[in-house]
Amino acid sequence: MMHWIIAPVVLPALLAPLIAFVMRHDIVLARAASFAGTLALVAISVGLTVLAADGATHVYELGDWPAPFGIVLVLDRLSALLVLLTSVLALIVLTHATATGWDARGRHFHALFQFQLMGICGAFLTGDAFNLFVFFEVLLIASYGLMIHGGGKVRLQAGLQYVVMNLAGSTLFLFALGTLYATTGTLNIADLAVKVREIPVEDAALIRVAAMLLMIVFAIKAALFPIQFWLPATYANAPAPVAALFAIMTKVGAYAIVRVHTVVFGPDVAALSGLPGTWLYPAAAVTLAIGAFGVLGARRLMPMLAFSVVASMGTLMLGVAAFTPWATTAALYYLIHSTFAAAALFLLADLVVARRPEGDRLSAAPATVQNGLFAALFFAGALGMAGMPPLSGFLGKLMLLDALRDPGPMVLGWVVILGGSLLIIVGLARAGSILFWKSTAVAAHIPPEEECEDDIRPEIRPAGPLQVAPTMAAVALLALLAAFAGPVTDYLENTSAQLFQPDDYIAAVLDAGEEG
Amino acid sequence: MELVVASAVGVLTAGGVYLILRLRAFPVILGLALLSYAVNVFLFATGRLAINAPPVLQKYGEAAYTDPLPQALVLTAIVISFGMTAVLVMIALGAYIEADDDRIDMTGDDEAAGKDSTA
Repeated sequence: MMHWIIAPVVLPALLAPLIAFVMRHDIVLARAASFAGTLALVAISVGLTVLAADGATHVYELGDWPAPFGIVLVLDRLSALLVLLTSVLALIVLTHATATGWDARGRHFHALFQFQLMGICGAFLTGDAFNLFVFFEVLLIASYGLMIHGGGKVRLQAGLQYVVMNLAGSTLFLFALGTLYATTGTLNIADLAVKVREIPVEDAALIRVAAMLLMIVFAIKAALFPIQFWLPATYANAPAPVAALFAIMTKVGAYAIVRVHTVVFGPDVAALSGLPGTWLYPAAAVTLAIGAFGVLGARRLMPMLAFSVVASMGTLMLGVAAFTPWATTAALYYLIHSTFAAAALFLLADLVVARRPEGDRLSAAPATVQNGLFAALFFAGALGMAGMPPLSGFLGKLMLLDALRDPGPMVLGWVVILGGSLLIIVGLARAGSILFWKSTAVAAHIPPEEECEDDIRPEIRPAGPLQVAPTMAAVALLALLAAFAGPVTDYLENTSAQLFQPDDYIAAVLDAGEEG
Repeated sequence: MELVVASAVGVLTAGGVYLILRLRAFPVILGLALLSYAVNVFLFATGRLAINAPPVLQKYGEAAYTDPLPQALVLTAIVISFGMTAVLVMIALGAYIEADDDRIDMTGDDEAAGKDSTA
């Protein structure tokens, strides 16, 4: 048995308490440890992705207990890809948080950061529904700490709202798991897939309830209509690097829907008769519309970016809701893209907002330092987020449009994706011109007598290369994703083929005990 | 027995949902606690209700036993919800002290919010 599969969970789990207890008074040491850990995590996840690329489903049995009785971790193409995505994003965000000094504005940033990584990697790797709940709680409790990092009245209020919302969601998760266990007698995902397919259609009422309850729980995480309302307030008031890290948190919800509602409650399950897709599709369409209108109507930069995350989740879930291999491929491609696009915009917003006297309000203000650099980066990020060529968002949306041609409600999907893109382009263009163009105009009109105030105002320092590098890296990844769209799509096609043939997954998990 | 357990879950859930909808920190915390009690009882019942039956068999011949798995799940759920409630109380206290207001919904206009959160 290969022990590397559990490394993405164990490494941050060991590192976090070490940072919290041993290095809490030494920020330099904590930074070094956090960096080393995240770098190692990137290396491990690259290794795991290479391992999973052969198409086999690798199973790790905790405590060597065979599958339906013990907890298993499962590494297949999908989980390997998402762990890799998490670790690369984490490295970018960590660099930004360290370079801008965000990590020193409160205590225990690095410990919470590592716990967050542990929860996210665990949620991606686990093959057990209750274990998924536990990892959700781990990532949530770390995210509560990160969300209110740095403190402040509004942030604490938004954090409280976020915690209450997610605690209610956790309760719902437990209700869903209870219903699932009462009907099938198991919580192992592979075993559930077998048991659910054996349930006759006439006895399927409870299992349908369980499936839909689970979908609601995951939809809370993925910020789908009608439970998307927590996201804008949370992301807009979280520290910007944390908001960038949270770009992967919504994807945990999307991942859980992709995993559970293809392997366990897949389209081939007679008891459900395509119920998840029927509800998910309109919900995703409305989510996208809300996000697009939010981008257009926002009066501050951070809520605007938060709404663009909502819109990207809507786009992504439209692909997932179709429940076809090609649509899932497109959705996964868009998932990678939207994670880095959101991260790039949030990190850039942090650099800009910290240098504006107006904060993140969208109103003209005197030009800040490095206006041209920030404007160029915002332009690139906005192109990515809105889905314009040449960055990967365009390819992702194109693939989604193509994939949504086949199933019934194509018109709805096309109208919402294309209309939403237009609104987002207008919204982002407006924000960009207010922030970067009008600001230059105002600066030219400043009467000379006001210039003496300059030395009273806190000095605005230009961003150093290390502070801009993470944003540039995220934008560069978008460009790379577009340049290497061919190989990435091949990998994703294999991924979704693997997802829609759950037999291999089930056989690998349930037979692993007999072999070992 | 079934009636008692079922109505207990129902009443606890109803009370919890009502209290959460009050949107004030203290009732919401109590409501979440009630909800977690409800879900604990519910989880306990998913292994079927059995009275005076051991969860772990002494020897294989014993016929009646109760499912031990839900008990383990409930234990996990209790620990997690206990910890989460503690975190929630701390955050709620922090928010109350900072804002001098225990409302959960953010009604303040976002113009004012802008300055604060970016400081």
